Amino acid sequence: MKFAVTVTLKKDVLDPQGKVVSQTLKNMGMNNLSQVRQGKFFEIDLKEKDSSKAHNQVKEMCEKLLVNQIIEDFKISKTE
Amino acid sequence: MKSSVIVFPGSNCDRDIAVALEKLQFKNSMIWHKENVLPKSDLIVVPGGFSYGDYLRSGAIAAKSNILNEVIKAGERGSLILGICNGFQILIECGLLKGALLRNSGLKFISKNIFIKIQSNKNKFFNKYKKNEILELNIAHNEGNFFTDKKHLDELEDNDLIPIKYCDKEGNINPKTNPNGSLNNIAGIFNKNKNILGMMPHPERMADKTCSNEDGLPLFLSLMN
Repeated sequence: MKFAVTVTLKKDVLDPQGKVVSQTLKNMGMNNLSQVRQGKFFEIDLKEKDSSKAHNQVKEMCEKLLVNQIIEDFKISKTE
Repeated sequence: MKSSVIVFPGSNCDRDIAVALEKLQFKNSMIWHKENVLPKSDLIVVPGGFSYGDYLRSGAIAAKSNILNEVIKAGERGSLILGICNGFQILIECGLLKGALLRNSGLKFISKNIFIKIQSNKNKFFNKYKKNEILELNIAHNEGNFFTDKKHLDELEDNDLIPIKYCDKEGNINPKTNPNGSLNNIAGIFNKNKNILGMMPHPERMADKTCSNEDGLPLFLSLMN
């Protein structure tokens, strides 16, 4: 069972990389842009067959290692 | 006094701190991260470097190593723990200190000498310095931009838990004298009981006249006091 986890900086945390990417895109002429936030992506493949158990395990992985919850938010979605 | 320096794959300031400690007659042991037993130590140092190549987040993987369980237990029992640079990042990631160290606001790795001002000397780490004393130390980091929430910042300020702040040569503390965007120019913080210190500047690099000044030396003398 596969899950996708995206990790992004919380709204009130400065994201200098996102800012630089946003400014560069604007310089390239993409003026319709309001903001870019840069984050991380994890693809996690679990042996668990029960989808709710698997989801909880991925959540635990996020809380215990993958995410620093003081500065980051995460989203989990099932992909397969 | 007995000290232990924890060594991870990617640590690179472990020898420097050992030399500084041994110069002051600390009986020092180097402890590999896979060990499950920590020798009885008056001081535990988590040194600088790039443990595990800074994978995931700086310090995140090292914070889950075997020996860190023992360091956490020792910290909770009141042992003195000093985390420098990557060591500070590890102490935050393992929960002994609160907050986060973000990427430097200027997006650049900074390696240079900076100035810090002693905010408080009523503790085990800075008692050999005078209050408001200005030190010249070296910083070398990419993620030293300290950040925390309002509640924790208030707790740090109200309880005298911010011993050092970045400043200029004259001691001015303001955004212009802040090298990395750190909240309120914070260069280091204590836990509630002041037995655990995390700091970004490197006192061990300023402990011998042959290669630098000796502004870092009183920190180690303070620990012996």
